Amino acid sequence: MPDYAWPDAQHRTLIGTRVSRVDSPAKVSGQAKYTYDVHRPGMLYGKVLRCPYAHAKIVSIDTSAAEKMPGVKAVHIVQGPGAAIHWAGDEVVAVAAVDEPTAEDAIRVIKVEYQQLPHLVSDAEPPKGGAQEEGPLSMDALDDMLDNEMPAGQMVSQIQQYGITEKPSEGRLNELKEDGASDAVLDALRTAAVHPEAASKLPSSYQKAAAQTVGDPEKAFAEAAVVSEGLYGIPLIAHCCLESHGSISEWTDQDHLFTHISTQNVSGIPGQMAEPLKIPATNVRVHQDHIGGGFGSKFSPDRWGIFTAEISKKAGGKPVRIMLERDAELEVAGARPSAYARVKVGAMKDGALVAWQSNSWGTGGPGGGGMPPIPYVFSIPNQRQEHIAIRNNIGPARAWRAPNHPQAAVLTMCALDDLAAKLNMDPVEFFGKNLNLTKQRENTYREELAIASELMDWKQKWHPREQIASGGMARGVGLSFHTWGGRGHASDCDLTIHPDGSVELKLCSQDLGTGTRTCILIVASETLGIPMDAIQLQIGDTTYPPSGGSGGSTTIGGVSSSTRRAAADARDALFTKVAPALNTQPDQLECVNGKLSVKGDSSRSLSWKEACSKLGAMPLTIRGKNPDRSKPPDLTNSGVGGVQMAEAEVDADTGVVKVKKMVAVQDCGLVIDLKTAESQCYGALIMGISYSLYEEKVMDPSTGRMLNADMGFYRLAGLSDIPELVVHMMTGKGYDERGVIGLGEPPVISPGAAISNAVANAIGVRVPFLPLTPDRVLAALEQKAGA
Amino acid sequence: MREDDENQKDPNDSPEGPGVSRREFLKISGISVAVPLVAGPRVIKAAGQEVRVYGPGKVPMEFTINGKNYKANLEPRITLLDALRDQFELTGAKRVCDRAECGACTVLLDNKPVYACAMLAIEAQHKAITTVESLMRDGKLHPIQQAFVDNDASQCGFCTPGFVVACKALLDKYPHPTPEDIRRGLSGNLCRCGTYAGIRKAIAQVAQKGA
Repeated sequence: MPDYAWPDAQHRTLIGTRVSRVDSPAKVSGQAKYTYDVHRPGMLYGKVLRCPYAHAKIVSIDTSAAEKMPGVKAVHIVQGPGAAIHWAGDEVVAVAAVDEPTAEDAIRVIKVEYQQLPHLVSDAEPPKGGAQEEGPLSMDALDDMLDNEMPAGQMVSQIQQYGITEKPSEGRLNELKEDGASDAVLDALRTAAVHPEAASKLPSSYQKAAAQTVGDPEKAFAEAAVVSEGLYGIPLIAHCCLESHGSISEWTDQDHLFTHISTQNVSGIPGQMAEPLKIPATNVRVHQDHIGGGFGSKFSPDRWGIFTAEISKKAGGKPVRIMLERDAELEVAGARPSAYARVKVGAMKDGALVAWQSNSWGTGGPGGGGMPPIPYVFSIPNQRQEHIAIRNNIGPARAWRAPNHPQAAVLTMCALDDLAAKLNMDPVEFFGKNLNLTKQRENTYREELAIASELMDWKQKWHPREQIASGGMARGVGLSFHTWGGRGHASDCDLTIHPDGSVELKLCSQDLGTGTRTCILIVASETLGIPMDAIQLQIGDTTYPPSGGSGGSTTIGGVSSSTRRAAADARDALFTKVAPALNTQPDQLECVNGKLSVKGDSSRSLSWKEACSKLGAMPLTIRGKNPDRSKPPDLTNSGVGGVQMAEAEVDADTGVVKVKKMVAVQDCGLVIDLKTAESQCYGALIMGISYSLYEEKVMDPSTGRMLNADMGFYRLAGLSDIPELVVHMMTGKGYDERGVIGLGEPPVISPGAAISNAVANAIGVRVPFLPLTPDRVLAALEQKAGA
Repeated sequence: MREDDENQKDPNDSPEGPGVSRREFLKISGISVAVPLVAGPRVIKAAGQEVRVYGPGKVPMEFTINGKNYKANLEPRITLLDALRDQFELTGAKRVCDRAECGACTVLLDNKPVYACAMLAIEAQHKAITTVESLMRDGKLHPIQQAFVDNDASQCGFCTPGFVVACKALLDKYPHPTPEDIRRGLSGNLCRCGTYAGIRKAIAQVAQKGA
């Protein structure tokens, strides 16, 4: 059996070096085709009429004028009379027309009558005692769960645990099924305990979602030498992918669909489209070359992906393109849940953490959402947490790069930093003292903390929190820790060597801009011993072997492992065919730089092309898989740690915060391409500065709509907002031999906490909530002055 | 077109010229006339001058894009960006914000960077339109494109063509830009993945080697 293990440092030529991204030339020249760029013959353009109210019932719809309009090819009612709308911007009617202006004109003449209902878009602190205990579920609550795409398993367990308020008729069950309820959910509803008395109670927007106690927090707080209390929070933000969500769908015959879609999950799309379209998954072909950003928001075809296919069918199967407009992208295509908490932490005189108490709340839209993993990274021995989920009408939440972790980092690291300040301890010393609470990552964090301190010049820059007497520029530094899993997902790939020496590698993965294509080619090239450009890589099509969705930093571990196994098997199969010609045994052969030779005797050699001609008439195709227990070792692993430090400058007169420097020290096991790995960290720091200083999805309490659904007022950081960035990847002994681990999420977790801590160090007071806008900074300074 | 001086007529805006300035358009749009669905302009009097009125139906238009001539019948409300992307399949310029906020649609108009989403196609006639597709010559990347590759200045790449064009315009004007030149020259372009560090290095590389 071939040795699948990653080669050690002395035997690596490409892995771990800085290789330029292979698809960069296509991207910089405008040749790279994204879903938005696809232009199919006879393509129609779709537009969507959206509900202007955050909570409403549709009373009537009149599409007659649109249907009569020249150029309009199909009108499709997405949600009809009687349907309940739970957020502004939800889809009501779609139109397909010969061109975009015509489709827009058609949308304007559709008349919809709504019955407006009361809405809630605030995620402010829940009123005392206002939170409802979890109890029997109403039909509305079940609708909300489906709307919010709650996983079926979670719905079933809640139905079984809490029961329901009314027994649903078979007709009602059918409606739920049409709304996406799985058979398991329907079965759970048929057998659920019914509590009709609970129906008379008004459903609350505030739901107790988690309560847990570890150890004896009361006793620990009583014994603590220092206790610090504070308020911390991180708002709703949007994904704001530059390529909006959307697809182009066409029916190649009565029951075969071809879809180009902007997705992080090419392999997973057919299965999600099959059921609503009532065709087998095998009849759905999905293709995507490039994706213009996803960040966790593009795993499903979404309702609009389904109705794009439906309206195409109504238009005789012609290709229909529906890409979201920018306002819709920001309003309905995903938000990162907010999280706020009143936190109390206690430590002994030497800084040892002993107690944590948090009362947290936040919203993830109609479904409420869960508690971030707090306290984060540090397992404080005595803890009590209570969380209230706010169910409101802000629109659905989605996974946002490192789901729940940036929130957890802010709530935890800011509270601990305030405690360090109260202890009058340097945070490096304070966190360093408590690293034993990080368990298996302790040594990694300790090494990273030392490196980060040096790169930031922390000792020179840190100072105890000072009083700012009267304005002026103030500087400070802050730090944060983070962790992530990142084990490789399931991935299949086919590697084919043709008798003419050409090589192709196919897998239905996707490159989100993380460098997936480049890394696959590095692994294949290193393993086969031929140059990267001698291998044709094809990804992004469901006609290739399936590979997992790109979420949770699972792609690199998955695709590099399947590629490694396929390439090792293919290389050895080729050696078996070639060995007789060189009068040797297969295990005596090696291939370096496209030349096959007998180990230690380079005079007995063949070029790659000559060697492949020994294959005979048929190409050689090998399937590589991850995971694959029959082909050890495990090539991927899980669990990384990172430390980040920020230096901030605050203008105490205007409240403007500027980040002056950031340092990221990160491990991710064996690095495949150092260049794109570093880019992930640079990008994460920049995205982190953006959400720390500028980003917030601002909801208008009176209209229930997002106030800043455009890129002028939903502010992303620009080039001039970005300071000196230092990235240090932990590589070498202790890291490389762990195998390949994902990197996309971890470095985006810490910036919020690190920057908030730097600002607190600079101005001597905590600005409780991100983003750290001038008004919030000035309010904190004013409060401090008045205190 | 110059809009700072009402009496200064742009040479392209002669009676034989293609269009109506935005200022004039605003004046005209207040005039109520029945508008037939015909191609070709009608001449009306507005603000004491004869001006040509196009649309709202499709009218024939001609463009010079990357040195080549293109013709199409388009409604006057079509933006330059949509004409490039949907009519001529030049999809390098991207539609992101569609309201002059993000720069992903940046193209050059007579060598000046403009947001193609914020300009009507009809206004861009008879001007030299340069898109990202033309920067590569004989299969060789332009120095700024090569610098983007070398410094990994793209991730998802959706903002990249706009940045490449904006950087080219910046470096054409300031071959050795100061940080302030860079700030001003690129403040109209946004990236979501966070490629600014690479873009800054790419500009430094070209400034050092020369384009």
